[in-house]
Amino acid sequence: MRILTFRKGGVHPPESKFTKDKRIETMEEVEEVLVPLHQHTGAPAQPLVKLKDTVKKGQKIGDSDAKVTSPVHSPISGEVVKLVETTLPNSRKSVAVLIKNDHEEIWDDSVKPRNDVDSLSREDLLKIIREAGIVGLGGAAFPTHIKLMPPPNFPVDTLIINGAECEPYLTGDYRLMLEEGESVIKGVEILTRILGVKKTFIGVEENKSDAAVSLDKIVHSMGLDKDIEVVLLRTKYPQGSEKHLIKAITGREVPSGGLPFHVGCIVQNVGTTYAIKRAVYDGVPLIERVITVSGSGVMEPKNLKVRIGTIASHVIEFCGGARENIKKIIFGGPMMGFSAYTLDLPVIKGTSGILLFTDQELIEYEEYPCIRCGRCVDACPMGLMPLFIDGYSRMGDFDKAEEFRALDCIECGSCAYVCPSKRHLVQSIRMAKTEIIKKRKAVRK
Amino acid sequence: MKDNKKEETRKLKVIVSSSPHIKDPLTTHAIMRLVFIALLPAAIWGVYEFGLYAGLILVTSIVTAILSEYLFEILTKKEITISDGSAALTGLLFGMIISPTTPLWMVIIGSSSAIIIAKQFFGGLGSNFLNPALFGRAVVFLSWTGLLNRWLKPGFNFFYFVSGTQNLVTTATPLDLFRLHQLNITPSLYSDLFFGRIGGSIGETSKLLLLIGVVFLLLIRRDIIDLKIPITFIGTVAILALLFKQDVLFHLLSGGLIIGAFFMATDYVTSPVTPLGRVIFGIGAGVVTFVIRNWGIYPEGVSFGILSMNVLTPLFDKFLPRVFGTGGKK
Repeated sequence: MRILTFRKGGVHPPESKFTKDKRIETMEEVEEVLVPLHQHTGAPAQPLVKLKDTVKKGQKIGDSDAKVTSPVHSPISGEVVKLVETTLPNSRKSVAVLIKNDHEEIWDDSVKPRNDVDSLSREDLLKIIREAGIVGLGGAAFPTHIKLMPPPNFPVDTLIINGAECEPYLTGDYRLMLEEGESVIKGVEILTRILGVKKTFIGVEENKSDAAVSLDKIVHSMGLDKDIEVVLLRTKYPQGSEKHLIKAITGREVPSGGLPFHVGCIVQNVGTTYAIKRAVYDGVPLIERVITVSGSGVMEPKNLKVRIGTIASHVIEFCGGARENIKKIIFGGPMMGFSAYTLDLPVIKGTSGILLFTDQELIEYEEYPCIRCGRCVDACPMGLMPLFIDGYSRMGDFDKAEEFRALDCIECGSCAYVCPSKRHLVQSIRMAKTEIIKKRKAVRK
Repeated sequence: MKDNKKEETRKLKVIVSSSPHIKDPLTTHAIMRLVFIALLPAAIWGVYEFGLYAGLILVTSIVTAILSEYLFEILTKKEITISDGSAALTGLLFGMIISPTTPLWMVIIGSSSAIIIAKQFFGGLGSNFLNPALFGRAVVFLSWTGLLNRWLKPGFNFFYFVSGTQNLVTTATPLDLFRLHQLNITPSLYSDLFFGRIGGSIGETSKLLLLIGVVFLLLIRRDIIDLKIPITFIGTVAILALLFKQDVLFHLLSGGLIIGAFFMATDYVTSPVTPLGRVIFGIGAGVVTFVIRNWGIYPEGVSFGILSMNVLTPLFDKFLPRVFGTGGKK
């Protein structure tokens, strides 16, 4: 297998994949779930249920007529007890449906396995994926059916399955590739049919080469080795960034401000691919996902299949509870995840992990003046000058920050990771981006 | 039971901050300390060769640098930053690049102007544009050129003290002889240059121990000193020596080239942040050094080579790396 990578920038944080060898467990028991209606990028779904309604497992409970949106389903059967506004782990607000579990596990009528998958048309498949509420599970939660319909003037010839999982701690995708490899490849097949691409690459970081080998075997045994190639990627953060994955595998560079289809590529995450298989073959909408629960603050770190809407504190209890000296709660990975102030938040479609950090991994540093060491410049995979954007952003000179291409920042955190003065570079660059976008919008009006 | 646990999680006191949530353990403070340690062997060699008085110069320089920073920050009501180790490092470096006969009052003037004028007047750590230690050296060197151009013969008397300066056994440095076209290149000259058995500034003479310091830093972390500047700096001097048919090895091992290229030109604050900028910085410093060595009025050009590039650093910072997704191949 070839070993590929992108050249400029990147960092090597400790992998800390403590849950690497733990099989995915399923967390069945929940008393209640809090399912937000706006878990995805795009317009929020509107509730289709009201108070006291009885819902079934897999029943659609929210949808919208907007173009870019995604429906939401109930992961349990039970009764709607509340419709409340809630805060999501990414600190966005959303209306959420609180459902009390009746423990009957009665499936909705719409959930039926399909025997006619081979005869389904591209449109049928896209409709199934949309109706199943599938969004990108890597974190951005962009509606998958939209991503699979690139504008016709940009022909797509390459599909890339993102199995890089370059974030430290996270092992959910790795376990899926190992344990559900066949389903993942079936999902890949569906994607190739929808996109009509000839070539598919599955990119896996070197530290997970056993998963790559196992996928490669499945690809061969299914006779797909002409169309699907499993490639190894150098273990380097942010190898799983869409743009850098495309660069590493195809050598193509997504233009500044552009999207993968501008260079003929579509990237789908391993978890998403698995969810597509579940939706198309088994008829099951996206009501659960695999997350990694880890960090020194968790008694028993696990890879866990949980229902969307499960409250994080219940997940932690299922993992033996939390230690006393928790310093930080992170939804997602340690490089790009969101830190939360409470565990009373639901797991949503974009949640790839819950990490509890104690003093053991969290050293609080004081911010120090920039000494111009240039580490951030070397680390930036986008070729930016984080120290200058940071400086201008703090001075409030957002025009200058724009000149230094703040908008090209992918917020991967490599700069802030290496900064010896521990400057909050991502935070100030993010602030600059917000201001620049605000200004651009104002100009357009 | 369950409710109790819930209460517990509600009472959590956690930190909420922007990503990333993990950081490389290397800090600015640690870098200063590591570079300080890396310089110590060469500094101690200077004391061994030039006598206890050289040690007194080093201590005076370090103490003056720290005190100057402390007093300036007290007077200007700024946060006290002496614990970051940067002032101590400046003090050590300044002491290492002056003559072992320098009077203490001059050490105090040089070291304090390095901290107060070159560093603090411009806003403290990270904001200065001239290398403080080199600035301090320039101040005393230009003000009292004659007094500073007396170089001790190594190992002549460990316990000599500066009061009886008439009895000093001074020597010309190899670079002085080179300028006077009186240099006899013998095989033992190279080893004297390499092992530091020559006259010169306190800490610049032992190339061996300076390079051991560099290896020490590289072994700890490959990214504490970026080798782009030292390689291009030293490489430029070597190429120019070759072009002008001069002794390459002599140029590389003489004067302050090794300490300057590895420990002073690489000063983060006063050198460019971009890879290309660093390469140009190194080349420029090499050219200026070579020109001064051959045709300048001073025998050694390393410090002015670096200082002149310090001034041009804001310009070199404009050699930006290519932004992903712009230009180049699509």
